[in-house]
Amino acid sequence: MARLHVMERSAAQAVMDGLHKALEGRLSVSSLAPCPVEFTAAYIAMCATQSCGKCTPCRVGLNALHGLFDDVLENRATPETLDLIERTARNIYLSADCAIGYEAGSMALTAVQGFRDDFESHIHNHACGFKQSELVPCVSGCPAGVDIPGYISLVEAGRNTDAVRLIRKDNPLPLVCGYVCEHPCEMYCRRGMVDDPMNIRGLKRFAVDHMEKDYRPNMAPSTGKRVAVVGGGPAGLSAAYYLALMGHDVTIFEARKHLGGMLRYGIPNYRLPRRLLDQEIQWILDCGIHVELECPIEDLRPLRDGFDAVYLAIGAHGDNRLGLPGEDSAGVISAVEMLRAVGDGDAPDFTGKRVAVIGGGNVAMDVARSAVRCGAEKVTILYRRRVADMTAQDEEIAGAQAEGCELLELHAPVRIQADERGHVTGVVVQPQIIGGLKRGRPAPRAADAPEKLVECDVVAVAIGQAIESDVFEKQGIPCKWGRIQASEDGSIAGFDGVFSGGDCQSGPATVIRAVNAGKVAAGNIDNYLGFNHVIGVDIDLPPVQFKGKTSCARCEMTEREAADRICDFDLVERGLTAEEAHQEASRCLRCDHFGFGAFRGGRIDQW
Amino acid sequence: MVEIMLEEFIPEPLGDGASDPAASANPAAPAASVEPQLVTVTVDNKTVQVPAGSTILDACAAAGVRVPTLCFLKDINEIGACRVCLVEVEGIEQLVASCNNVALDGMVVRANSPRVREARKANLEFLLSRHNSTCTSCVRSGNCQLQALSNQFGISDLPYTVELAHTPWNQDFPLIRDADKCVHCLRCIQICDHVQNTGVWDLANRSSHTCVGVAGGAPIEATDCTLCGQCVTHCPTGALTARDDTSKVFDAIADPDTTVVVQVAPAVRAAWGESLGLSHEEATIQRMAAALKALGADYVFDTSWSADLTIMEEGSELLAKLAAAAAAPDDPAASADPAVPGTGDAADSSNPAAPGAQDAPRFPMFTSCCPGWVRYAKAHHPELVDQLSSAKSPGQMFGAITKSWFAETQGIDPHSIFCVEVMPCLAKKAEVAYAPMNDACGDPDVDVSLTTREMDRMFRAACLDVASLPEIPLDDPLGTFTGAGVIFGATGGVMEAALRTAHAIVTGEDAPADSFSAVRGQDGWKEATFDLGGVPLSVAVVSGLSNAEKLIQSIQRGESSYHFVEVMACPGGCAGGGGQPIHDGCELAAERGDVLWTLDRQMPLRKSHENPVIQQIYAEYLGEPLSHRAHELLHTDHHAWKMPHEA
Repeated sequence: MARLHVMERSAAQAVMDGLHKALEGRLSVSSLAPCPVEFTAAYIAMCATQSCGKCTPCRVGLNALHGLFDDVLENRATPETLDLIERTARNIYLSADCAIGYEAGSMALTAVQGFRDDFESHIHNHACGFKQSELVPCVSGCPAGVDIPGYISLVEAGRNTDAVRLIRKDNPLPLVCGYVCEHPCEMYCRRGMVDDPMNIRGLKRFAVDHMEKDYRPNMAPSTGKRVAVVGGGPAGLSAAYYLALMGHDVTIFEARKHLGGMLRYGIPNYRLPRRLLDQEIQWILDCGIHVELECPIEDLRPLRDGFDAVYLAIGAHGDNRLGLPGEDSAGVISAVEMLRAVGDGDAPDFTGKRVAVIGGGNVAMDVARSAVRCGAEKVTILYRRRVADMTAQDEEIAGAQAEGCELLELHAPVRIQADERGHVTGVVVQPQIIGGLKRGRPAPRAADAPEKLVECDVVAVAIGQAIESDVFEKQGIPCKWGRIQASEDGSIAGFDGVFSGGDCQSGPATVIRAVNAGKVAAGNIDNYLGFNHVIGVDIDLPPVQFKGKTSCARCEMTEREAADRICDFDLVERGLTAEEAHQEASRCLRCDHFGFGAFRGGRIDQW
Repeated sequence: MVEIMLEEFIPEPLGDGASDPAASANPAAPAASVEPQLVTVTVDNKTVQVPAGSTILDACAAAGVRVPTLCFLKDINEIGACRVCLVEVEGIEQLVASCNNVALDGMVVRANSPRVREARKANLEFLLSRHNSTCTSCVRSGNCQLQALSNQFGISDLPYTVELAHTPWNQDFPLIRDADKCVHCLRCIQICDHVQNTGVWDLANRSSHTCVGVAGGAPIEATDCTLCGQCVTHCPTGALTARDDTSKVFDAIADPDTTVVVQVAPAVRAAWGESLGLSHEEATIQRMAAALKALGADYVFDTSWSADLTIMEEGSELLAKLAAAAAAPDDPAASADPAVPGTGDAADSSNPAAPGAQDAPRFPMFTSCCPGWVRYAKAHHPELVDQLSSAKSPGQMFGAITKSWFAETQGIDPHSIFCVEVMPCLAKKAEVAYAPMNDACGDPDVDVSLTTREMDRMFRAACLDVASLPEIPLDDPLGTFTGAGVIFGATGGVMEAALRTAHAIVTGEDAPADSFSAVRGQDGWKEATFDLGGVPLSVAVVSGLSNAEKLIQSIQRGESSYHFVEVMACPGGCAGGGGQPIHDGCELAAERGDVLWTLDRQMPLRKSHENPVIQQIYAEYLGEPLSHRAHELLHTDHHAWKMPHEA
């Protein structure tokens, strides 16, 4: 018998690894649907399979805990069962010898506390009280509720204009979203269980890029009602579009030189070309919407007097300051300020300059990548946590790195250093060590290491935006931490006919959430004005074909080479080719027709 | 509220239309689409052509290949849930549900391959492992889709352990659900949601604990269930049934001190023979009377008689309302417009009839003979309850007359009468128990309401060879009826019967009975305008509560206006009632309705006011329609009992 063996991977182990990978993939398709009790019960059963069986709490306790969950699901439980579940989970957590046991106990504890209402509903009503439904996963995951399987089937059929018409039923910014949507829909795409989620944004972009012809929407007869929309960003534009379709007379009041809000002043041209943005905005304005540019609203009264309803969608365009010594030095700029200048066509010249960007979100990446295009000699992104903890999307971080930006993770700025003329010479940073989770994110703390100086000529601060709502707060509009407090329907308590939504109400968020806010406001303002216009579109979808399980990975969009794209602000991303788009569209599993969609209906035809 | 549907975006080429390839490529395309396109499909080596858009199931049928189905219900439940209708489609590894997948051109289907047979059988075995298969004591034994399929697939023993939920149910409620017999076809949910707009049923829980139950987990008696029974007649198994009241009737028959009076509703005669193997020619009301007598009933009467009485009362009520409206200061035509409270400012301002019209009668007047509709109206449209005719249903009128006039003239103590009604209906089981329905002698006017199915069950339990029984006439006096009473059992029949009599009363003319046939037929929403002595009378007939809801919405939006509306909860009217015999996958309301229309044509008397016993009772006992006594016995206050959520 040999003393030692070379480790070999058995066939059974390979299958086991495959199953784990499949489970991982299945779980990564975040589901909006499962019953919390079912899910936790299955989770605990899964955890129990990992137990080696040595220790009591893990071997017996997890199984006993699972039995209690079963009692709840089989309608045998009483309110006391819930207490017993909690005690059991806590005791497993406190007494297990290794992570297999105590992590399972801890998760069960979190679940039973976090889902208490649902557990009680099972016990008292013998029914799950979890209201979340997932008729069609991608549509449920889309804040605007766009009919994704519908338009994908139209792209597959080569009917791109119809695809865009269908999108516009719920989202009047298909072009913008085709280029920059964060696509939460893809996170829920069931195709992810098979191989990869659908490239939904890629298909949307393909549709808008390849419309066979343009068209104009059908407008309701004029109602004679006037609506003022304050702010021409995605929320304001969406509200304005649907209100105009409904026959209302809409005027957008925009504080800046151009419409678009953060689409223009936050997202650089290389991600969303201005020419295309202008085109999409003009298409909306052609519905007869009036625009007052460079018209900041100081006083609500004239608007309330002159219009039948007012929609506040001012966005989040203020700066968050670092609060560090030296912040007022020359050469310290805010991200918003810089991107605004770029947006207005006044890009700064950073030729020969070293730029330090502070922050780890998408805006920090936009600033860093814009700085490269403004000629910066070197761009360093300073972040106090790890790259893995950055809130920026992975592709944005990768893009910045490819374009030569340096990521200095685990370095917290301490102060800005300036020369005798008050001009920035560098950022003093304190190296950090990552620690445990705090409110869900790993918290860094100062490492036992000396401060360092990152030499630079420009510091761009990108640590979040503020909402400039004080002017409205002074007039009595309820605000909390700068956010305008509107109810679920967008209305503002105590201000009859005044609605609000978008970043200024939710805090800085995504385009598609702003679109949703605008859509919600339009519907509710319409009702407030005494109407009930229904937005729908009459498009025959191609027949659904069951294709069975076929394997086909996802087509990604490609990018221009980094060395080429850093020389200009031109578009980085290349759309899918016709061949790729057709293949990608044909991968859709059509959850609108198969699965639960077949029972409860796969689409909302009108709203 | 002004509701405007921005229905369609109109595509307009921006540039030169001729340069648009899509526009110029095939100018004949729109014309071509008028022709039904055909696709060619091969099923089990047989090639057929079917219209584009047909399902694979349709294509199989066209090829003469039978595919088993369980959850499928055409147009109502095409959801591919049971996975019994699976077929093999060439080029696709997995099996395809044939009921809700479209047959595509060139498709090659195998509907009887080993894989298909095994998978269908496996799914049946899965269902049976969660099914209480005590078929010997199931009311649907011999008429159960699951049982039939299990036999067909030769399932003799199960490879899986049977696990049942044993969910409790209120056995006193007229509608009984046995969760352990549910196959989760979900038809009940779809019928209740889409056909009846009521939403009693829903799915509860998820994954393996998913089950059909009362929406929100409420007890059934606390819901707005109308007791239409459509979920029962569309259930493929014995999961949904009606409460069995046959033993109460057997007990009454067995009691020598009790006089058992049976009344049979019009629609029952068109269906009662179906489950007894009788043809329509054999299954006459006279043969049914013989069977009921053989059971031991003392008197067999006909609810068609009291349908004639209903026409006298309800028709007079309508004419009185029309007269009151004509006398009101408003333009009589305008008074037909909806004057509906609670629909907001927009409706009011556009409605000339609303202001100052409080005392004028409101139109339309709705029929009240369908207890499912009355339950729906009370639960969903309390604002309309005062527009329901105050006339009782024919069954209740019958009970009230039986225990008053009939008892008096025959010298029978009304308390010793046990009044049984045989109805195509579940809601009648609730109606007989409403507290106010005791106007004749203080006892319930009708003691028990049986469904057609229960009556057939009693015939079987009594081992009657029904087919061989000689026909006998119905008893006097309440067995005398006209064609107008018989057609109450078909959609449009109440309206037509009312018009025949109302026209005669108003004009004094004897118009042919078929003058008012425009509201016959199976359309869910029919409307017509008739000349009533120079005054146009606009009427509508709806069956199916979703159609009723559409009509109400339309009236409330000001898009429709009528004087008189007949509503039947069940599609096709009582002929398609929830108490009728069950034939899985078949809708027989039209066929049964035709039986009734044929009977009507054959009757010597076809107008309610011509019924000699009707004339006699008014002369002897009631005075005239809407008299004080008629009101006491034949009319009711719909507010005197409550639906669960009614204020």
